[in-house]
Amino acid sequence: MSAILIIEQILNGLQFGVMLFLMAAGLTLIFGVMGLINLAHGSLYMVGAFAAAAVAGWTGSFLLGLAAALAAAALAGAIIEMVVIRRLYSAAHLDQVLATFALILIFSEGTRWVFGSFPLFLDIPEALSGPVTLPGGIQYPLYRLALIAIGLAVAVGLWALIERTRIGIQIRAGENDREMIGALGVDISKLYTLVFALGAGLAGLSGALVGAIQSVQVGMGEPVLILAFVVIVIGGIGSIRGAFVGALLVGLTDTLGGVFLPELFAVFMETSAAQKSGSALASMSIYILMGLVLIWRPTGLFGARI
Amino acid sequence: MKLKTLIASTAILTAASMAQADVKVGMITTLSGGGAGLGIDVRDGFMLAIEQSGRSDIEVVIEDDQRKPDIAVQLADKMIQSEKVDVLTGIIWSNLAMAVVPAATAQGKFYLSPNAGPSALAGKGCHQNYFNVAWQNDNLHEAAGAYANETGYGNSFILAPNYPAGKDALTGYKRFFEGDLAGELYTKLGQTDYAAEIAQIRASGADSVFFFLPGGMGISFLKQYADSGVDLPVVGPAFSFDQGILQAVGDAALGVVNTSQWNKDIDNATNAAFVESFQAKYGRLPSLYASQGFDTANLLISAVDSADVNDADAFRAALKAANFDSTRGDFAFGSNHHPVQTIYAREVVKEGDVFTNKIIGTALSDHADAYAGDCKM
Amino acid sequence: MRIEERFVNATVLVGLLGVPLWALMIEEPFTITLATRAVILALAAVGLNVILGVGGLVSFGHAIFFGIGGYAMGILAFHAQTYSELDLGLFSTSGTNSMPVIWLVAMGFSAFSAFLIGLLTLRTSGVYFIMITLAFGQMFYYFAISWPSYGGEDGLSIYVRNDFPGLNTLVPFQFFALCFVILCVVLFIYARLQASPFGLALNSARQSRARAETVGLDPMRIRLLAFVISGAITGLAGALFADLNRFVSPTMFSWQLSGELIVLIIIGGVGRLMGPVIGACLFVALEHFLGGFTEFWHVFLGLILLAIVLFARGGVIGLLTGKEGAHV
Repeated sequence: MSAILIIEQILNGLQFGVMLFLMAAGLTLIFGVMGLINLAHGSLYMVGAFAAAAVAGWTGSFLLGLAAALAAAALAGAIIEMVVIRRLYSAAHLDQVLATFALILIFSEGTRWVFGSFPLFLDIPEALSGPVTLPGGIQYPLYRLALIAIGLAVAVGLWALIERTRIGIQIRAGENDREMIGALGVDISKLYTLVFALGAGLAGLSGALVGAIQSVQVGMGEPVLILAFVVIVIGGIGSIRGAFVGALLVGLTDTLGGVFLPELFAVFMETSAAQKSGSALASMSIYILMGLVLIWRPTGLFGARI
Repeated sequence: MKLKTLIASTAILTAASMAQADVKVGMITTLSGGGAGLGIDVRDGFMLAIEQSGRSDIEVVIEDDQRKPDIAVQLADKMIQSEKVDVLTGIIWSNLAMAVVPAATAQGKFYLSPNAGPSALAGKGCHQNYFNVAWQNDNLHEAAGAYANETGYGNSFILAPNYPAGKDALTGYKRFFEGDLAGELYTKLGQTDYAAEIAQIRASGADSVFFFLPGGMGISFLKQYADSGVDLPVVGPAFSFDQGILQAVGDAALGVVNTSQWNKDIDNATNAAFVESFQAKYGRLPSLYASQGFDTANLLISAVDSADVNDADAFRAALKAANFDSTRGDFAFGSNHHPVQTIYAREVVKEGDVFTNKIIGTALSDHADAYAGDCKM
Repeated sequence: MRIEERFVNATVLVGLLGVPLWALMIEEPFTITLATRAVILALAAVGLNVILGVGGLVSFGHAIFFGIGGYAMGILAFHAQTYSELDLGLFSTSGTNSMPVIWLVAMGFSAFSAFLIGLLTLRTSGVYFIMITLAFGQMFYYFAISWPSYGGEDGLSIYVRNDFPGLNTLVPFQFFALCFVILCVVLFIYARLQASPFGLALNSARQSRARAETVGLDPMRIRLLAFVISGAITGLAGALFADLNRFVSPTMFSWQLSGELIVLIIIGGVGRLMGPVIGACLFVALEHFLGGFTEFWHVFLGLILLAIVLFARGGVIGLLTGKEGAHV
């Protein structure tokens, strides 16, 4: 295996990880501030992708599609928070699980009701299509490089928002002590709606970005949701930094595992059999990674110590 | 789950007051959740044929299996125990067919498969009451291998998901492909990102790519492949290029060759009428699956015409004769009750704003499956 | 309106027996099959309720045991059906068609896996426990899909239901009765367990770990034992479920199934004796009747579940008896 191929695969892993981060950041933020397990986060990802596909198909502009994805997902998030989630902050984790599970059912079949049973079309914008040649002669799709850039920009933006702004101070305070910030005169319910909409918007954005190179279809959010949970658990629930590290770890493990495990097995097995067992193990690799991390550090890499 | 559909022919009122329907058909298919598009197509094609026949002696009960094997088994129990159907049909997925078909045929029911054709039911597990009206699972992949030979590909990179149908697909391709393999990959079931696989294809030195990635997996792969700058020719079975999902793939699919036993431009009167009436009734172009549903219903009607369903031997012989006008032209069953049929190579083209396929040649003529020899019927 | 919980429990059991009896009289065998499905799902959820309701640990991976139970049945019956040898290294067997043997094997393997998984996962708690059990579930799921020997994703068909001495298990009502009796026995054991010193210790470990430790209890050992019992019960349900469908497949390991089991318990009432039973009956009934109205019945199922969470804290039992369920 050549060095070029290895570098290309590492880029692929990074890109996958960065997209996972967009999903995981919202999830972990919502958990950190409100203590809510939001199973419906994948539905917001789907909402973003469908909104982008509909608007981009209608106007012909990918940028407008992205804007629509952000807006639709954030709006959906705000509505969910105000109508349903708000009543559940004091409830047990289990009630939240059931409520957000119900939301998945409503969103998935509701989307199918509106858009039909067939996948929608969403394409890469003209300006970003096709491959570019990187130093060293690596051919790499420009769009995927753009995804890495956008993901990193969002990560920096989130960091700045939380560390440098007034809202960020309130969010951090909310993570530490919920009663206290209420006592300090911050409007908690507004803050919660805002955080939820922010997380939802990030999920919608990543749905739209990824939707351009994948299939925009009902149920697309569920596999990503599971991966995003793996990410935030590895990183430590509530920690944005943990989500970032966790996302990159998961992205790289999944991509490189899929490539190298079959190669590794082929050293002492016949090719076809090595393919089968190698890829079987590769499909379990991130869950094994998560299991190992939790056995080593039961609250994740950057989680609060109990 | 209970979408009971009595056939809405013009004669329905008089028919209902006259007598019970003579033949009762239970259709178990996927109508909700991901993958519902395929079941809806089969149902619509099937019901179109029944409606066009104007018959009131065939009653169809339709239920949604949600693509869950355990639900499918229960529905089959229900249809056999409570609805007392004579014929079962409708299942889309091989794993659901494996769960339902052996038990149903063992209880003396007829099963007409409008889509799935797992190898176990074509070979050792074949049954005299099981008729496959679509294809044996390997068929379209074998045709892809044959097409690759004909086109002169000598070094293919092949990939499929890591599950039984995926393994069958690669086996089917390799059974006919005479060149070398530049690489052989099993991807994760439900995988959505193929960057790593495409990088391997680029580095492999192959001259062609064969892939079997049904549904959303294929959409993702094709979009990413088109954007990667790798320009090796791609062949695949029709499933990733079917009418329902082609619009979601867009330009990325243009020019790709895929193998299918049916296309809307197959030149015969039945097919032309089918395409036109399907479009008129449902407002969309028919897919491969719709054509299979339509053919299944017409096979059933032809058998009902010439035999009483209560006389199992006669009814079986009538089915076996396949005396109906298929959308595919000539249609016959082999010794294991699977189709012996021509499989075409088709190319994705754009007609106006709509992506669709056109036939460019024949991949395999009068092709049967590899398992018929194992079938002791 | 306040109703005694004991009265609710009795009504549910009588109703669960009465519906199939009625179906037997009017010859609606499918209703009996539906009732059997409810009973088996209830049994699986009772298993989960041991660790979730009493122990306060939300396992999002209980489909593991359901699947192991299912495959125990599938593999044993497959070898008996094909007259092939199952080589286990130390010894080999030609499988079996006998339900009691299959149940023992299913419970044994589930309990053993629960022991191993529990050793690794019970160090965590709260949300982390939910997630690590989910991770184990996913591992089993992907393993089952890509394991070729027993059908992979296609699953494994067993053409005839296994035997139970003195019964014809293919008759819907006889199989229902068998499952119903098992459910009653397990419910009895659960009730005794809950009131036993062990149950009280488990309950106190849920409410306050520190308090449990100060009175000399070892929460880890108690929880591990509860997890093993819980896994064994769900494994037994898995074997019965496989026999109901005469089919096993990796979907028995799916995270959706783990989620469904949790949902059943919440609908009925967490930590309640009959919570899972009520939840399972309601869920199966909703699934069946809503499907009759519309293709998009999931939307309405979702709305009903939302209504239960928002307006019926403590599930249906909580609503009827006016008491909230155990806090988890």
